[in-house]
Amino acid sequence: MAVEIERRLILAIQGGLPLVPQPYLAVARELGITEEEVIILIDGMLADGRIKRIGAVPNHYALGIIANGMSVWNVPDHQVAEVGRRMGQLPVVTHCYRRPRRPPHWPYNLFAMVHGYSREDVLVTVDGIARELELEGLPREVIFSTQLLKKTGVRFQEGWASLGRAGLAASSGD
Amino acid sequence: MDNGDRILLNHIQKGFPVTSRPFQEVGGWLNMTEEEVLERLRRLSQEGYLSRFGPVLNPRRLGGNSTLAAMMVPQERLEVAIAAVNGHPQVSHNYLREHPFNLWFVVSAESEAVIQGVLAEIEEETGLAVINLPMEEEYFVEVNFQFEVDNP
Repeated sequence: MAVEIERRLILAIQGGLPLVPQPYLAVARELGITEEEVIILIDGMLADGRIKRIGAVPNHYALGIIANGMSVWNVPDHQVAEVGRRMGQLPVVTHCYRRPRRPPHWPYNLFAMVHGYSREDVLVTVDGIARELELEGLPREVIFSTQLLKKTGVRFQEGWASLGRAGLAASSGD
Repeated sequence: MDNGDRILLNHIQKGFPVTSRPFQEVGGWLNMTEEEVLERLRRLSQEGYLSRFGPVLNPRRLGGNSTLAAMMVPQERLEVAIAAVNGHPQVSHNYLREHPFNLWFVVSAESEAVIQGVLAEIEEETGLAVINLPMEEEYFVEVNFQFEVDNP
């Protein structure tokens, strides 16, 4: 999944890139390789999707997009793939996943995140999704967040970089 | 936050250059100097408008995994439960929500075994059940917040 230098690079940048004129040079110095090597490694991981993107992750909450509505739906199993695919393509939906139901308390199997400037905004949007995809009869809820308690991004542990081949096989969960 | 900040944030959520002087390149797109781009980002970061600046990793492609988990926490145990969940570095996001399931968090790690360990520890630390809601299928994900800018 990733060779040792790639893992060391991920560990070095997972907390963020330094805000200096040559950020990749700064990382290179930390790793004992060249700036060009860092750039080539990162480009490689962007190309194959191990890094989804590099950029700013705004705190949308602080920027007025305070309504964070997690819409959850109970979609019949034989329809959920099709419904999910259509829902995921809607511009108003930022994340859309099928997840397991957890009876008795959690009956929903489809999640779609909808953000907006107000709860009313989000509720109107979700009503629109239900109408457009003909889901009005289905059990659903919109669950709003009231507080962001933590947001750090993915953090792998330091020991990950130096796992040997045996360690790799044991930890990959295959 | 001014118009220039919004324009900058609109442009650098994805496709940030992987080149020797990336902030200079971004400045070129937006008619700002390299120093101005850096200053704006430092300020936005200090003022809390920028959660992070850097790579967004895909744990699954890196041999690891990621899951969404939730808990029903009684009001009087909320503070302790939040501290317990936040205390794990593998918890990358944690939200309080309005629902009987009121604590929602994402656990990402370099292996499934680590994730299971974290969930088990959280249950032990809090004495409360955690429901694990891993993704079974992902339907197109794109997170891009475009902020309104004033056009002259």
